[in-house]
Amino acid sequence: MNSASLLQLSLVIPLLAVVGIQLTARRENVREAVSLIAASALFATVAQLYLPLLNGQTIAVHWLDILPGLALAFRVEPLGLMFALVASFLWIITTLYAIGYMRGHGEQNQTRFYSLFAVSIGAVMGIAFAENLFTLFIFYELLTLCTYPLVTHAGTDKARQGGRTYLGILLGTSVGFFLLAIIATWLLAGTLSFKQGGIFSPGTSVALLSVLLGLFVFGVGKAAIMPFHRWLPAAMVAPTPVSALLHAVAVVKAGVFVLLKICLLIFGIDTLKSIPATEWLLYLAGVSILFASIIALRQQNLKKRLAYSTVSQLGYITLGALLATSAGMTGSALHIVMHAFGKITLFFCAGAILVAAHKTEVNELRGLGRQMPVTMTAFFVASLCIIGIPPTGGTWSKWYLMLGTFEAEQWILMALLMISSLLSIAYLLPIPLQAFFGGKKPLEIEAGTAVVLKEAPLPSVIALTVTASACVYLLLYPDIFYRLIAAGI
Amino acid sequence: MLAHLPILQVILPLMAAPSCLLIRKANLVWLFTLAVSFAALIVSVLLLQQVYATGPISYTLGGWQAPWGIEYRIDLLNAWVLFIVTALSTVVLTAAHTSVQKELEPNRQTVFYTLYLLCFAGLLGIVATGDAFNVFVFLEISSLSTYALIALGKDRRALWAAFQYLIMGTIGATFILIGIGFLYMMTGTLNMADLAARIPPLSESTTVLAAFAFIFLGICLKLALFPLHLWLPNAYSCAPSIVTAFLAATATKVALYLLLRFTFTVFGVDFSLSHLPLDILLVGLGLVGVFAASIVAIYQANIKRMLAFSSVAQIGYMVVGIGIGTATALQATLLHMFNHALMKGGLFLALAGLVYQLGACRIEQFRGLGRTMPWTMAAIVVGGISLIGMPLTVGFVSKWYLIAAAIEQQLWWVAVLVVLGSLLAVAYIWKLVEAAYFQAPEVDAVKEAPLGILLPTWLLIAANIYFGIDTRLPVEVTSAASQFLLGGAAQ
Repeated sequence: MNSASLLQLSLVIPLLAVVGIQLTARRENVREAVSLIAASALFATVAQLYLPLLNGQTIAVHWLDILPGLALAFRVEPLGLMFALVASFLWIITTLYAIGYMRGHGEQNQTRFYSLFAVSIGAVMGIAFAENLFTLFIFYELLTLCTYPLVTHAGTDKARQGGRTYLGILLGTSVGFFLLAIIATWLLAGTLSFKQGGIFSPGTSVALLSVLLGLFVFGVGKAAIMPFHRWLPAAMVAPTPVSALLHAVAVVKAGVFVLLKICLLIFGIDTLKSIPATEWLLYLAGVSILFASIIALRQQNLKKRLAYSTVSQLGYITLGALLATSAGMTGSALHIVMHAFGKITLFFCAGAILVAAHKTEVNELRGLGRQMPVTMTAFFVASLCIIGIPPTGGTWSKWYLMLGTFEAEQWILMALLMISSLLSIAYLLPIPLQAFFGGKKPLEIEAGTAVVLKEAPLPSVIALTVTASACVYLLLYPDIFYRLIAAGI
Repeated sequence: MLAHLPILQVILPLMAAPSCLLIRKANLVWLFTLAVSFAALIVSVLLLQQVYATGPISYTLGGWQAPWGIEYRIDLLNAWVLFIVTALSTVVLTAAHTSVQKELEPNRQTVFYTLYLLCFAGLLGIVATGDAFNVFVFLEISSLSTYALIALGKDRRALWAAFQYLIMGTIGATFILIGIGFLYMMTGTLNMADLAARIPPLSESTTVLAAFAFIFLGICLKLALFPLHLWLPNAYSCAPSIVTAFLAATATKVALYLLLRFTFTVFGVDFSLSHLPLDILLVGLGLVGVFAASIVAIYQANIKRMLAFSSVAQIGYMVVGIGIGTATALQATLLHMFNHALMKGGLFLALAGLVYQLGACRIEQFRGLGRTMPWTMAAIVVGGISLIGMPLTVGFVSKWYLIAAAIEQQLWWVAVLVVLGSLLAVAYIWKLVEAAYFQAPEVDAVKEAPLGILLPTWLLIAANIYFGIDTRLPVEVTSAASQFLLGGAAQ
């Protein structure tokens, strides 16, 4: 099969999965098998694009022109492939995890859940492979709309409130700023196709570009730059697999990925450097990193804490993209991958704790390590990955980000990154450490009964073990992704 | 036959209307009306094809030559509007049988279809004619039948709403008549093309200016442009559901057509936009209308009324396009005429299904609707998403053009306000979504709307998506039509 058909296939598989899931709605095991097969097929399809792309092949598909000059078209470029690889791989793992979680937790409407999950992944593929901003915007909005029912899955008042915030901010920013910026870009540059080195001609007014950059940074609300970050904690009312794949990987990474792509392929590194607004937005990202870390420190709800940690880490990625140096961009792209693996593991753990021990608050987790050793070990490893210390892949991305601030001579930002790393140690590491060593021993032990090993259902434990191992694996072999990034920047 | 298409377009429904009274049996009358509307649709498609291929058609009534006799003149602009009106009327009529049977007493159904056809003929006449006085005649035909149609509503408030509309509509029509009278006084002609040629030398005359002011104001009343919109929400919410769907999809579009025709063809761009600060006035009123009406819509408990206010807001967008006045902006307006007809037609038909099952459509009736009437509710969600202007729906296409037009003219504030306005639509649409999907139904026994209403609803909703992806037809026609409007002003 040639590469263009593979690209088509990667966009179609999620839709086929929806059909399959709907058809097999009555038989749970078959339905979940369909999800798993579709996820594996998608990953296999995307993976086959890897070598042809690195060999310099152009892989593109043109569907149709929606408006004159504005096409629904797709083209594989290295960063997009990186994003698609991560998302499709983690879809397999998350499906596995979800099987354990959704059954263990006795959730309702599982067919709807799995269908919309597949649609979301389809939208992510569209975003990853979009050839132009117009196509990208279509799938960006699709992703918002089809994740709304997932966020509000519980159907309670709290879910409805969360859903309002979610939709309000994501639609508000995308229609209010992003769309405006896209149309203005179209009128200014005459094209919306992503191009190495940017699409604006050298003479374009710097003031106008500043406004545009601002509109883009705020408009891509999925990147959760403060003050438009509140949707992410609000989305935590969703079932944990949704929080894990969508709000640690697919949706938020779609946001920062779009920003990275805009910085790199719409503005271009050189233009980006020349815009005065870049400086301001860099500091905004810095503030976002710092504040979110401080807020995370004060969250007692485990998922909320992880959510604010995500806001902070997304700030790193945005900051890396705006640094407009190759090291910064590399760090930014690498952090998309590393943070994805780390954060999804953390969410998996949070969900496993909920299912097995019915605990959601941080201070309830003391001593839990004896009951759930695998989960808590995974939590520990993933925390290291988020913080960015060996033996995990997060080391690489933080290293390049630091290098980026060094190259750009942004000393304040460099200090800021360090402080924030310390803060992330403070809000993440105590959780696994206290689980293993902290506090009083559980009552059962004092009463003389043996500690009961009670982990989450097996599929969930396998899932979180795989992602935690991937964090370590990526320290040793980051070059799968590094090669793509080097080709893309 | 082909040469007589312009008059066939109007005469067909006009003659058919009294014939309804002869048939009498409600089922047959419905079939007959549907057939007539469908025939009118075919005529309009043929006209559109012909005009697109060969340019404007002129038809002289009874062979009397143009400035003396009545001329029907079909160019791309009115061919497009004729197509919108006939297409939407036909789809709405397919749903009429089921809905009218439920909402009207048997002895009123024949009258209903008679009035419907009269109104239909009036609207088509306004659009097809090239004679200013003829416009007034058809305006009265359509208006009078509309008042009666609204008064057929079950609710007693319908009478009051119809009366209110009667007063406002008559004032509007009178203003238009006065304006046409002034023009006749100054130029001695009623033919639009002839008027267009004779007005420029007289452009300094106060009488011509007064004529313009009267006509403009009169049309704005019929158009329900903010702040002259007060009749519209009552009329829409009290009328029978089918009438609401028909009026929302067609009547305002025709009024908008008149505004375009008079400002761009009869008076000409130079006169309209240079003698008066019309551009600022239209952009300003349009935007204020968008915000005021959208905010009011959020607080409506009657959903028909909510969508009626939303219509006022959408009219605001179309008027903004006229105010900006460039080719792209006019194209946005023309696109939105079509797109809005599709959205509101679909949404009001969905409400007709709701009224059929529940007898009313207040927000309380929406509770649990996601479970009890999944298809109707899904139609409302998709229609709502199109109204908001999400990509892959028609709403996105017209919004794209409108924002592009504003930015082209460096009117950044207009662009920003347009997008903010569309966010208000999210607020009122999501009120329905939350009620339907997050609350338990009050009565569990509610069934899905009958197929007779559901199918036409989904036809329109599917069109919302189809024309949001395959935009060739609307975009090409409106592009040519807007060029024609600007270039062919003094034809």
